[in-house]
Amino acid sequence: MNPRPDPAPTTPRTIYDKIVDAHTVRRIDERHLLLYVDRHILNEYTSPQAFSGLREHNRRVHRPASTLAIVDHVNPTAAQRVRAIADPQAAAQVDYVERNCQDFGIELIGLLDSRQGIEHVVCPEQGLVSPGMVIACGDSHTTTYGAFGALGFGIGTSDVEHVLATQTVVYERLRNMRVRFDGTLPPGVTAKDLVMTVIRAIGVAGATGFAVEFAGSATDRLDVAGRMTLCNMIVEAGARGAVMAPDARVCDYLKDRPKAPRGALWSQATAAWANLRSDAGAVFERDLAFDVAAVAPLVTWGTSPDQAVGITDSVPDPAAEPDPARRASIVRALAYMGLEPGTPMRSVAIDRAFIGSCTNGRLEDLRAAAGIVAGRKVAPHVRAMVVPGSSQVRREAEQEGLDRIFVAAGFEWRQSGCSMCLAMNGDVLGAGERCASSTNRNFEGRQGRAGRTHLMSPAMVAAAAVAGHLVDVRDLAREVP
Amino acid sequence: MRPYTTCTGTGVPLLQANLDTDVIMPKQFLKGIDRQGLARGLFYDLRYDASGVEQADFVLNQPEYRNASFLVVGPNFGCGSSREHAVWGLLQYGIRALIGTGFASIFRDNCFNNGLLPIALPADLHARIATLCARPPRNLLTVDLVSQTVTLSDHSRLPFRIDDMYRENLLHGRDAIAATLRYSAEIAAFEDRHWNRSPWLKPGT
Repeated sequence: MNPRPDPAPTTPRTIYDKIVDAHTVRRIDERHLLLYVDRHILNEYTSPQAFSGLREHNRRVHRPASTLAIVDHVNPTAAQRVRAIADPQAAAQVDYVERNCQDFGIELIGLLDSRQGIEHVVCPEQGLVSPGMVIACGDSHTTTYGAFGALGFGIGTSDVEHVLATQTVVYERLRNMRVRFDGTLPPGVTAKDLVMTVIRAIGVAGATGFAVEFAGSATDRLDVAGRMTLCNMIVEAGARGAVMAPDARVCDYLKDRPKAPRGALWSQATAAWANLRSDAGAVFERDLAFDVAAVAPLVTWGTSPDQAVGITDSVPDPAAEPDPARRASIVRALAYMGLEPGTPMRSVAIDRAFIGSCTNGRLEDLRAAAGIVAGRKVAPHVRAMVVPGSSQVRREAEQEGLDRIFVAAGFEWRQSGCSMCLAMNGDVLGAGERCASSTNRNFEGRQGRAGRTHLMSPAMVAAAAVAGHLVDVRDLAREVP
Repeated sequence: MRPYTTCTGTGVPLLQANLDTDVIMPKQFLKGIDRQGLARGLFYDLRYDASGVEQADFVLNQPEYRNASFLVVGPNFGCGSSREHAVWGLLQYGIRALIGTGFASIFRDNCFNNGLLPIALPADLHARIATLCARPPRNLLTVDLVSQTVTLSDHSRLPFRIDDMYRENLLHGRDAIAATLRYSAEIAAFEDRHWNRSPWLKPGT
């Protein structure tokens, strides 16, 4: 693809282009620019080799105060939290990030910190994210911060090292895509269903090379948690950035958080944030619109996040797919998932239920799930887990009594972390186990070798846990338990 | 990084669409603090059964496709997780270039940063290479970054384009961080302007 030139200063610009322009240190060539990174988030699993690289070259960290490390991927989530980790490799990663933060003067939210949790839950919670920021992190779901009008994107470990050493990345300007949601969200339909609708519509490479701006009246009515779900999961369509215009809800969310601006700076910041919108007439190369009234709760049937149908639909028949490559993908996915074409999704029995992740591990997600679970019991053959997105989410949920609702129903109430979303920490599916999951990836082996993942909203997971099979949350919501 | 100029070896068709980095490098291989031992993890669940025995039907385990240098891959190869371990594993296994139609964006950056060439070709040229690679021993390829061509066993040469900056970096084995550190003064001057304009962005304020 041809490089995107910088927009002329006089032309109408998108939020995305305004952020990129405000962070351009210099042009490198016609395709690349040097982009300044306001905040750099590290985790224990994609940073070790970056620190070793700095050590080998005797390089320092350019701005330690702009950097925050969080332990989240490898830690166990057992109900009793201890510093010791039985898995020696995981323990070594946690030890090494501690040592690196100490040696390079970087703040660490370690395993026993009262703020510990999944990086993309913790950073907003701590008010570290501000509208207009550029935030990089060695994790693909960094797009989450678009909910605040910040440009967040994932980078590999080489670029983690590059940001540590220079506070910049070599960057190629993306193209602009807008996704509008209008209309009234039906009961039982959530931000998760909206983003899954987009991914299904455009495919898992549909937004490759694009930054996605979410807009429209239904988007504006979403709470900040729902916006984070949208921006978080749009990376599954290939988007390397997401943005939304920050509004009063974003300001209310951030005000008085520990790392948010205060006093005179707060007033100055909020005045600037109010202007962070795409100009009238700004050009979006792709512009999509969805009427949310037509969206149903979605579930995936395959091994790619775009392989999804409405919960009242059936497993697709590969014979009906004219494209041979896509047909082959469907056949392979159905074999892996152990599903027959034409099977109603609502009849698919599950073994496990998982509520958590950076996509759907926030207090609002837990409330929605608890609302379904209250007064009901998890089906006897299902092992169900709730893993709060952060220690703070866990505490707040306990203050509201959500933990008691989950435990009374038969859920495990666990400590925070990435847990079974990527299963590199002891929370793993067994071979052949089928899981209703509020996470973001249903890839082969993602949650465990030969494990079978069905992605859906937290309320849909809760409903499936109770029913023992995939089920339409709207049916349960209508019944009084 | 060692300079990259030309490489001759066998190409293996692995054309499944959307092959994600979880499949390329499963979770149990992400727990090191160095880059070692990742050749074993590459496509682990496809190469080995649950007891660690090679699965004979997987293409990389077939005798004519062992010691591959190139993978001819399907669309959107490398999607999903940002884990650079996927690229390290491919290189340690011996793969020097991926020939596809398009790559996931973080994965593509990771390839360039490590000297693994992600070659994106138009569908017709890609199909030609894929067809040849399905017929060993006609799957011998030469990838030349200097001339930006792939030479096939029928002696035809197909052009490809690699981004100029990355091409220069790879040809000379350049250290990207050292290149950026040349702009340290500009970065510092940028920070002054940036924090003057938007003081709430300055860390620790």
